[in-house]
Amino acid sequence: MRNAFIRGLTALAGQDDRVMLLTGDLGFKIFDDFARRFPGRFVNAGVAEGNMIGVAAGLAMAGFHPFAYSIAPFATLRCFEQIRDDVCYHDLPVTVVGVGGGYSYGPNGPTHHALEDIGVMRALPNMTVLCPGDPVEAELSVAAAGCHVGPTYLRLGRAGDPVVHRRPPEFRIGSAIAVRDGADCVLVSTGGMLPVAMEAARLLQGFEIEASVLSMHTVKPLDAAALERCCRAGAPMFTLEEHWQAGGLGSAIGEWMVDRQIQCRLVSIAAGDRFAHGSGSQDSLRAREGLTAEQVASRVASTLEKHSC
Amino acid sequence: MSRIDGNGLRQSCRNIRASIVRMAHYGGTPHVASCLSCVEVLAGLYFRALRVDPERPSWAERDRFILSKGHASMALYATLSERGFFSSSLLDEYATDGGCLAEHPGPGCAPGIEAATGSLGHGLSIAAGLALGARQRGQRARAFCLLSDGECNEGSVWEAAIFARRYALENLIAIVDYNKWSAMARTETFLEPLAEKWRAFGWGTAEIDGHDVEEVAAALDAVPFEKGRPTAIVAHTVKGKGVSYMENDLEWHYRTPNRRDLEQALEEIARPAAEPVSMVQP
Repeated sequence: MRNAFIRGLTALAGQDDRVMLLTGDLGFKIFDDFARRFPGRFVNAGVAEGNMIGVAAGLAMAGFHPFAYSIAPFATLRCFEQIRDDVCYHDLPVTVVGVGGGYSYGPNGPTHHALEDIGVMRALPNMTVLCPGDPVEAELSVAAAGCHVGPTYLRLGRAGDPVVHRRPPEFRIGSAIAVRDGADCVLVSTGGMLPVAMEAARLLQGFEIEASVLSMHTVKPLDAAALERCCRAGAPMFTLEEHWQAGGLGSAIGEWMVDRQIQCRLVSIAAGDRFAHGSGSQDSLRAREGLTAEQVASRVASTLEKHSC
Repeated sequence: MSRIDGNGLRQSCRNIRASIVRMAHYGGTPHVASCLSCVEVLAGLYFRALRVDPERPSWAERDRFILSKGHASMALYATLSERGFFSSSLLDEYATDGGCLAEHPGPGCAPGIEAATGSLGHGLSIAAGLALGARQRGQRARAFCLLSDGECNEGSVWEAAIFARRYALENLIAIVDYNKWSAMARTETFLEPLAEKWRAFGWGTAEIDGHDVEEVAAALDAVPFEKGRPTAIVAHTVKGKGVSYMENDLEWHYRTPNRRDLEQALEEIARPAAEPVSMVQP
């Protein structure tokens, strides 16, 4: 997703001279082409994320659309108050870009994991939260963020995320993408869990379960129409996210249901409320938290079986 | 606007001070002393330095001013009104339920308000972004930012200081209202040497008497002090300046003037020759 992001941003900057790229001294070599093509519009703000977001807000006040890039926890947490006060309170077109959603930076440890960023960003008024599911969605989300008039948080995976969409889908902020059809349950995925959801859906066929997969790339605002359709159809809904449960996608959909007084079976599949101590790759940390395709398929199958008894 | 002289500036300062103490009294809000310490700096900015037009507050190539010490909003509102950005009747709405002028300025809450502030350590970064944006657009606009001395505790101030030097933001000017008090402590004990800090961060730096309008105006006329570098002006001031019983008394970071306090304050402020006795600076 990281490379798709910079590809999308470079294309966008070629069409729109308001686009600027700020980095908190991260992204070695990947921004070289951008910096060469748009020298005045590339800013290495140094290892100082609070200032980077404040500068981005000032640039937005001066008429630019800055994209402020760092590893997800640094891009969202260290500078949270600048995002809140300088960007969201002023409702400015700044896109905060967090690379390394979930356990993408697995071996770097919990300081580099992002398991609350969706919840924290979605708590802010005016903020739009985009979590593309694969590199194709990531590239499309850059263009969508660039056209958006308010603040955006763009949560990316890492380099080398698997591609799910063979053809570019229609991508609109707040409009989920139906990636697969099935009548027995709906897997609602956000961010890098999309390939897991697709593989889990394939494995569920072995249990004679046909699962739909919905890529909920926009966690705020949620696609209420798509959720209503799912609820009306009556199939149980499973949310998949590489994020702590508090404040994430499952939490957001639960709030939406309470708000609308809609009854629907909803199971949240998310990381447990704990830090990932010790070393581990992204795959191994996902496995620890029950987030591999096999674990998801088995949990969905056993939940459906239990319910049908 | 024709160039204003020292007497004109001093009269504006008296008017601004009177508005401040009235707002504090009728609004029932704190921070009156923090407002009184930066009156000459604000008057110097709005009546001398800033290329702004009250008739066209959104003019694209205007200089920008960011009040990073947002708790001095009364001083900014009073100055903007004095400069003609809006009618003084708007000041009556200050801190009223549903009024547009809050204790800390909101985004676009009145003509001339460039940014919402209140949490300390935000303004200088925003101003740096504005300065960088103006340069990128090829405009000669400058960004001025007023910080409090207590605010210089915030790490983000020094992040911005490094950034501004790194990007050679010659059109960025930081002014520190060095009134020697934070909300609970005497700031000299931990901030000194303050001007040396800005110099060490690579800023063209000067120290001035922040209540001498001629000195303020001369410093603002002289920016940038060094080519290719941002400018820092450390303005030595007195907290509560202009109202004898408020000067250097930390109580007035919190208290609001009652009717008797207000009357005495207005009387002292109105006397052109009245230079209240300042406490001797240690």
